[in-house]
Amino acid sequence: MRYRCNMESERFTTSLRALGLGDRVLTSDAQLAAFGSDALTAFNQRPLAVVVVESAAEVAAVVRRCHEAGVPFVARGSGTSLSGGSVPVEGGIVIALNRMNRVLSVDPDARIAVVEPGVINLAVSAAAAAHGLAYAPDPSSQSVCTIGGNLAFNSGGAHCLKHGMTANHILGLRAVLPDGEVVDLGGESTEHVGPDWAGMFCGCEGLFGIAVEATLRLVPVPESVRTALAVFDSLERAGEAVAAIVGAGLVPVAMEIMDALAIEAAEASVKPAYPSGAALLIVELEGDEAVVEHELAAVEALLREAGCGELRATADPGERALIWKGRKSAFSAVGWLAPDYIVQDGVVPRTRLGEALREIDRLGAERGIRVANVFHAGDGNLHPLILYDGREEGAVERAEELAADILALCVDLGGSITGEHGVGVEKRDHMKLMFSAEDLGLMEDLRAAVDPGRLANPGKMLIPPPSASPAAVPNPAATA
Amino acid sequence: MSALVASDVAAVQAAVREGRPLLPVAGGTHPASVPGPDGPVRVLDVSGLAGIVDYDPAELTFTARPGTPLAEIEQMLAANGQHLPFDPPRLGPDATLGGAVAAGVTGPGGFAAGIRDFVVGVRFVDGTGRLAAGGGRVVKNAAGFDLPKLMVGSLGRLGVMVELSLKVFPRPEATASLRFPTVGLAAGLAAIAALARGPITPLALDLAADGAVTARVGAAAELIAARAERLARSIEPHGEPLAAAEHGPRSATSPGEVAAGDASHWGEARRFAWVGDDARLVVVPTAPRRIATLDAELDSRGLRRRYGLAANVAWIAWPEATPVAELSALLAAHAMSGLVLTGAPLPEPLIGAAAGGAFARRIAGALDPRGTFAGGSR
Ligand SMILES: Cc1cc2nc3c(=O)[nH]c(=O)nc-3n(C[C@H](O)[C@H](O)[C@H](O)COP(=O)(O)OP(=O)(O)OC[C@H]3O[C@@H](n4cnc5c(N)ncnc54)[C@H](O)[C@@H]3O)c2cc1C
Repeated sequence: MRYRCNMESERFTTSLRALGLGDRVLTSDAQLAAFGSDALTAFNQRPLAVVVVESAAEVAAVVRRCHEAGVPFVARGSGTSLSGGSVPVEGGIVIALNRMNRVLSVDPDARIAVVEPGVINLAVSAAAAAHGLAYAPDPSSQSVCTIGGNLAFNSGGAHCLKHGMTANHILGLRAVLPDGEVVDLGGESTEHVGPDWAGMFCGCEGLFGIAVEATLRLVPVPESVRTALAVFDSLERAGEAVAAIVGAGLVPVAMEIMDALAIEAAEASVKPAYPSGAALLIVELEGDEAVVEHELAAVEALLREAGCGELRATADPGERALIWKGRKSAFSAVGWLAPDYIVQDGVVPRTRLGEALREIDRLGAERGIRVANVFHAGDGNLHPLILYDGREEGAVERAEELAADILALCVDLGGSITGEHGVGVEKRDHMKLMFSAEDLGLMEDLRAAVDPGRLANPGKMLIPPPSASPAAVPNPAATA
Repeated sequence: MSALVASDVAAVQAAVREGRPLLPVAGGTHPASVPGPDGPVRVLDVSGLAGIVDYDPAELTFTARPGTPLAEIEQMLAANGQHLPFDPPRLGPDATLGGAVAAGVTGPGGFAAGIRDFVVGVRFVDGTGRLAAGGGRVVKNAAGFDLPKLMVGSLGRLGVMVELSLKVFPRPEATASLRFPTVGLAAGLAAIAALARGPITPLALDLAADGAVTARVGAAAELIAARAERLARSIEPHGEPLAAAEHGPRSATSPGEVAAGDASHWGEARRFAWVGDDARLVVVPTAPRRIATLDAELDSRGLRRRYGLAANVAWIAWPEATPVAELSALLAAHAMSGLVLTGAPLPEPLIGAAAGGAFARRIAGALDPRGTFAGGSR
């Protein structure tokens, strides 16, 4: 049942306050304003209330209350989702996890950390640094996004090329299922027996419930890191260089490409002093000194063979930080080039990068739309940034059409509609490009088995079947 | 009961739709988890569901049917300088890809890369006979629930896999192994902790019950000797190059001996030859700080055991003659779970503490509502 009248919703929020949450149940317009959307601002929905929780027990109590009352809920970390994953559901509440931000323990001998879900990604590495350890997954948003959000979206980052995505670093977790039941999945070991339940929970976009604790794998801080920058006269050549490096049996920790527009944007904002050209390839190597030196020589030779222009490599932490600052701020930096933009996220097989980029270029030109490209080239994960001016008649629609065409292209080339930003609200309709009706039916069955009332983040990832309860049917008015 | 044979997807679907309890079996190298000859559960022989579907070395991925022998896959990858870095156990010559994924066990050489991160796509037939897919063929993919991960360790109990996509890694040009003569479990664990956190990440880090540590490193051919030497000297007591078993208990001296010692040691390790014919191999995930307690229990029963993957797993040789229920109770008392891989068929190869709770029950119930893969009930 969804709360339609004020009295009912007031009774519900009062019952939440009675759980000992008091003034941590926010209901005024001013308090709720900040929670209406995530980093994909096109979607906005005022929640019924925001509950600021401080413990796993509180999460369980609130979820149980929602279950009893049939009120949908959305967990929220920092709200940096780029696919509408953390947008509230109409008539539902937001469970805000930011205050559950403690690193509970670090075991240097086992190289693990146990954390609460609201911990900021970078804070884990900060806590582990004293032991010479770090948390490897590094989304560009890592200074603000939370481990809970990373876990729910199986987030990636530049350095996931070597280390794997978030799920590979979540060894265990404690979750509150959508009816309030608490389960422990996985454990402290890198190994598990029986189905990988923790792995299955990761990437569920909140549909299986709320993670309230996670056991993370840590990696040693590398002894040596070298970052090479190479300029190419075309994106395609840069793409070929990536293929050559992979083909030579090298696994750099990161390989990123930026095109001329993205370079221009980065220079305009954080001034990383990149060499200029049609395409910039960043290759980072890490490990012990001897191996890194050896691999750097091999990489430099391959880059030259692939026809690069200016080439520099550095081990200097300051220079390296600036290189990555330029790359990691690329999304926001394109704000310097156009009033509005869409960040797209798609994957193609790495051997088809060149083809994909040429086609994206053509599709953009056809519509007279500028597209900046920054991407995790090593694993074929594209991030076309579609630039437009929302004040122009029909510009949003044209940009969205282009974004959709790019996804279809990725799937046609054998890839995926998302590499790391998740499906959320934005790409629900595109799931059918990748999956058959049977595949999607099975996924819906799984979510219904875990959450029969469809209360956990309904309307995200999957389009609820017509038979679903009203709370689960997305409200078209919610998408501005 | 005679086996059903299914060599294509339609045959798998037909067999499952009959609705009588069955379990898929391919190479049969994890005999404890397959149905016994006299039980109510039939064997669905899927070894014919074999063959490489797609492999482009430049993609570092391949797609194959699950009955494909691991040996064939390894050969194919090796010809292109690649390998399965999770080093799946080779418990028999017929070990298959599907069996490796269904067992979900990382082998001794997979410290740097556990199996759970390498399965990127799956097509499978669920308990209702429905063919469904999850994941894809690319290395990075966040669309939909992570069904490929769910299959890792599923033991055929959540569906019959009919196609798998995996990512692979370049294979180190050269490898070398070291034995650290640490004495006693505590010293061994300290050595493991130091090595695992050091600048050189080993491919394998094994701990024997007497405290000796065996490590393996990989590198380009011209670097391997120096790299192994540096690792050897990184802790006290220093490590020594491993000699091949046939050279007797001494250190290797020539590069040829070093290479031979390395190859024979890990070849044997992934076959788990030390477990012997009279015992079952049981895999128990654990953590360094829990090993001392566990080891005391195992020692008091006189069990042979090793600890692998930097003390993240215990491999236990459990005497075939002793009921598995005893080990199950022991593990449960320590809140640990285990998987019995070899020995006579067991109705339930997962032992000790149950994992996954209500989440597991709900997911399994959705994939297999009639309990076709669960002996007929859920
Ligand atoms: C500038 C910028 C750069 C970015 N770069 C990257 C990048 O490089 N790689 C990448 O992968 N992503 C990137 N993102 C996307 C985003 O930062 C990630 O998806 C991140 O993981 C979201 O974390 P969050 O704490 O903001 O989660 P939120 O946005 O608050 O939530 C995300 C989703 O997770 C759910 N959720 C949150 N916490 C929990 C929990 N404890 N249990 C269950 N579900 C939960 C929410 O309901 C929601 O569906 C970027 C975003 C921005 C704005």
